[in-house]
Amino acid sequence: MKTFHTEIEDAAQALDERSKALRKKIVMVMDKAGRGHLASALSLVEIVRVLYDDILKYDSNNPQWPMRDRFILSKGHGCLALYVILAEKGFFPESELWRFCKKDGLLGGHPEKKIPGVEASTGSLGHGFSVGLGFALNAIYEKAEYRTIVVLGDGECNEGSVWEAALSAGKHKLNNLTIIVDYNKYQSYGSTQEVQDLEPFLDKWKSFGFAVADVDGHDIKELRTILYSLPLDSDKPNAVICHTVKGKGISFVENNLSWHHKSKLSESEIQKLLASVEAY
Amino acid sequence: MRKTCLEMVYKLAKTDDRIFFIGSDLGVDTLKEFKDEMPDRFFMEGISESNIIGMAAGMAMEGKVLFVNTIASFITRRCFEQIVLDLCLHNVKVRLIGNGGGMVYAPLGPTHMTVEDIAIIRSIPEMAVIAPADANEMRRLMPLTVDYPGPLYIRLAKGYDPIVTTDDNSFTIGKAIPIRKGKDALIVATGITLKIALDAYDTLKSYNIESSVLHVHTIKPLDIECLLQFAENVPVIVTIEEHSIVGGLGSAVAEIILEANFERPKRFKRIGIPDVFPDEYGSQASLLEKYSITEKHLVSTILNFCK
Repeated sequence: MKTFHTEIEDAAQALDERSKALRKKIVMVMDKAGRGHLASALSLVEIVRVLYDDILKYDSNNPQWPMRDRFILSKGHGCLALYVILAEKGFFPESELWRFCKKDGLLGGHPEKKIPGVEASTGSLGHGFSVGLGFALNAIYEKAEYRTIVVLGDGECNEGSVWEAALSAGKHKLNNLTIIVDYNKYQSYGSTQEVQDLEPFLDKWKSFGFAVADVDGHDIKELRTILYSLPLDSDKPNAVICHTVKGKGISFVENNLSWHHKSKLSESEIQKLLASVEAY
Repeated sequence: MRKTCLEMVYKLAKTDDRIFFIGSDLGVDTLKEFKDEMPDRFFMEGISESNIIGMAAGMAMEGKVLFVNTIASFITRRCFEQIVLDLCLHNVKVRLIGNGGGMVYAPLGPTHMTVEDIAIIRSIPEMAVIAPADANEMRRLMPLTVDYPGPLYIRLAKGYDPIVTTDDNSFTIGKAIPIRKGKDALIVATGITLKIALDAYDTLKSYNIESSVLHVHTIKPLDIECLLQFAENVPVIVTIEEHSIVGGLGSAVAEIILEANFERPKRFKRIGIPDVFPDEYGSQASLLEKYSITEKHLVSTILNFCK
């Protein structure tokens, strides 16, 4: 049985300039807002980057384009990673980033459907998978070619509704549905191993009828390769388990539980965060 | 009522390909014709209410109209957060059909009885809550559900309940039906308690008490205008429901009546299930009797108020 808890510490894989720039933008949004789930967003950056750069079909000028692929960030608390990408791709002006969580802002601490590019409001965990299942079933009925991709957190996989949805996706053999798990190995209180162990995680997904792959969730090439190859099996839904590092790209945030809910950052802390990204 | 409701789902689906049905491990042969004739719009999922509500929401966001059916306790309590967030926050066309609202499942005990569904579901923005009185009214309701703009909860009674509505009773979601008119008291009923209210009307008449009977099939959105119009000129108002007195029809009516600040004071009473878990089996009828959700109690309450 393959487990990855022992591999968490081998982080420090270099990040390219684009990944660094996205992280700096996330830190700057946090600076303006004074809040945000930083570490949970940082583990996601390469996943959403590859999805929006290379995989998903969308038209930011027409967010409801019927042929678009449907993307749900079910771990809604990682929304900063999504927002910086959506702004970059033109779904809404970058100025909205600087009003994150403000009274009159478009963007709150969890994604909402009113935001251009957001398919479903998420935040309470364990909802996005089932909604995505509905999108995927609709595509089958309509013989539509759009695909549905849902990103789950690892802590989110504690929710029973995730496994209800997994049973259903397996039953319906939804090869147009892909579950990506941001497996950063940490949740709010501690490591996933300590709080509610998910292992053997890949085997669980396989046993629910999924075609399963696992990749380094910060390796752009690996992510592209596996996501280009979807569906992994013509007769099964897809589960791509992304081994990631919570807080990836900022050395003192990585795997540091105190950063899960950190807010009210000082100017010097912001400068340290930015410097750490640059030096990574 | 359940039979009519599901038959209507089938009939409506035959002429409207936006209509899908999702059941949660229902009885064998439920909607067999639907499944046989329109298998790609018929889903029988496992015992997984949370997933089913989310799945229905996703399909509804794609423009479909979903009818979702299982036992009322499970389709309301079990997946409450999915109803709040997936259905109501997204304001989608999903119609929840809850079997056995109230004490229909008395023989099965408190896990299956649903005495707080109206209270919890009516607390959610965008949601409509409807409790038809009989199968004929269900037949009038169902075509209107298809294009209702938001989510709906339909509370089903036992089945084969006496028919008390007539074709003269037009049906509009959100519009209460004044079935009897009188100056001495107002009885507000919903679901199967309409029959109790109508029986009480006849008995009260023999005591020279002229009562109005308002059938509030739609508890949310409540027909405030009609309620106030009938409440204004009567000294006595009594609500009757097969539901907890906490948060149901009686509470909804009380909220409106109190805030109306009528110049003439009102005598007011909620008749319903007290704030307890029913601790007996028996039947729906025996529990209605136990909790005095009866014509006799309704009549005596009004007679006492009218002394």
